[in-house]
Amino acid sequence: MNRRVLPGFTLSLSYTLLYLMILVLIPLAACFWKATSLSLDEFIAAVWTERALAAYRLTFGASLAAATIDLVLGLLIAWVLVRYDFPLKRLFDSIVDLPFALPTAVAGLVYSSLYVENGWLGQFLVPLGIQAAYSRLAIVLVLSFIGLPFVVRTVQPVLESFDAEIEEAAACLGATRWQTFTRVLLPSLYPALLTGFALTFARALGEYGSVVFVSGNMPFRTEIAPVLIVARLEEFAYAEATATAVVLLLGSFTVLAIINALERWSQSHAS
Amino acid sequence: MHPEMVRKGGGSPRRATQEDPAIVRWGLTLLAVGAISLLIIVPVVQVFYQAFSHGVGAYLENLFGDRDTRHAIMLTLIVSPIAVLLNVIFGIAAAWAITRFRFPGRTILTTLIDLPFAISPVVAGLMFVLLFGLQGYFGEWLQSHGIQIIFALPGLILATTFVTVPFIARELIPVMESQGADEDLAAVSLGANGWQMFWHVTLPNIKWGLLYGIILCNARAMGEFGAVSVVSGNIAGQTDTMPLRVEKLFQEYNTPGSFAVASLLTFLALATLLVKVILERKTATIQRD
Repeated sequence: MNRRVLPGFTLSLSYTLLYLMILVLIPLAACFWKATSLSLDEFIAAVWTERALAAYRLTFGASLAAATIDLVLGLLIAWVLVRYDFPLKRLFDSIVDLPFALPTAVAGLVYSSLYVENGWLGQFLVPLGIQAAYSRLAIVLVLSFIGLPFVVRTVQPVLESFDAEIEEAAACLGATRWQTFTRVLLPSLYPALLTGFALTFARALGEYGSVVFVSGNMPFRTEIAPVLIVARLEEFAYAEATATAVVLLLGSFTVLAIINALERWSQSHAS
Repeated sequence: MHPEMVRKGGGSPRRATQEDPAIVRWGLTLLAVGAISLLIIVPVVQVFYQAFSHGVGAYLENLFGDRDTRHAIMLTLIVSPIAVLLNVIFGIAAAWAITRFRFPGRTILTTLIDLPFAISPVVAGLMFVLLFGLQGYFGEWLQSHGIQIIFALPGLILATTFVTVPFIARELIPVMESQGADEDLAAVSLGANGWQMFWHVTLPNIKWGLLYGIILCNARAMGEFGAVSVVSGNIAGQTDTMPLRVEKLFQEYNTPGSFAVASLLTFLALATLLVKVILERKTATIQRD
């Protein structure tokens, strides 16, 4: 369009492509290429062990649980922040973004110390038999922390954009507040909720830094897939590590594709 | 697409039909505030409480008395600015190409920029080990030329840059898209050359968006753990960055030391949020004017 008028098309595009090529595409290709050095049987033997299966199940299950918790909490927090006024509201609104800014290692460190037997929260939970440190519950908890802002920040702008007339119309037609919420407001939030859910899930699938601190990393019990990859690397089993990484990559790419499809769907809904 | 980049607009004034009963209002507010407190505020307080549990003297000793910790802080202060700078140049180039020109494959390029968000940091680290490690594709060649990338500074920079690739481009693309090319075109038609247009027109127009991207990118770069952990080899005093030092001290049962380093990173996160809020206010007032 402006190609003849504005300068820098060739320079900026070729730099962008070169940069992505060196930093993203070639390394990614190396990963898939390395996986092909295994025969199909070897590949399956590497990714289909009892230990690996346990790790995928845990990674998938814990991510799903964390995304579900964040879906509920995220909707609640977004609703309260948009609809109600209360003291220190701006502070609470800003601090919701903290998990994006806080290094994951710090999150892991502090969560592990909060929920051990003599920790601030563990002292109440452990006597009740709730082990929220060095357990599967610990993984779900820290993943919920990491992903909390996603649902809040996808739902919040949609809630803000709602027209008061819609709710007035529902009220005029005799709907109760609850009916207005479940039949009018909530359905309009579905695309945003789903996007937030998928983003949380995708983030949780690959998370390593925080989980490595809180989980105890016991094979078969509390070992997630990224931890398994690191364990394989430390044994210098590069091909096996890569095979597991390819499985994880394919999972993440599938979620990414779903997120993109969801966004196109919600955009076509909006227009 | 990433909520990390989403900014908040102002809400419309409430009306009577949107008002919930007081008991619902207060109940939900208490629940939400309770969740935020339990998940976010209590952990932050805990970090500083643990870091200072043996007094300010012990805290400072933990931070600056330990040679390896000092080195880790220095290393993070070297790696992170380089990664941010690389991604600033890339982000500006990518945003310029994508928002100012139409070319085939433009959408694919945008998706490609987002790709590092979808890749587990551990896998990112692994990819660089496969390329540049001793057993890697370029390993032998690098070794015969005496170049070390993995378990050394270049590896740390590569891994950190990789995980932060999307931050600045994702921030600049919507900003430049909404501003349009009119002012750039005016500068060029008045006789400015490319660099004059860039320094006097384009850059001043995107400066707040760029700054916003830089602080988010920097927070992630300084805090990156997984990717850096795989390529660093965790050699204390040599390739340990601050987050890796947190883990090392934690494994050595030096909890106060570990929390002291963590408190610096938490302080960085809080400062990042503060700057973010200020920038959001600023751009909101600019948009209103």
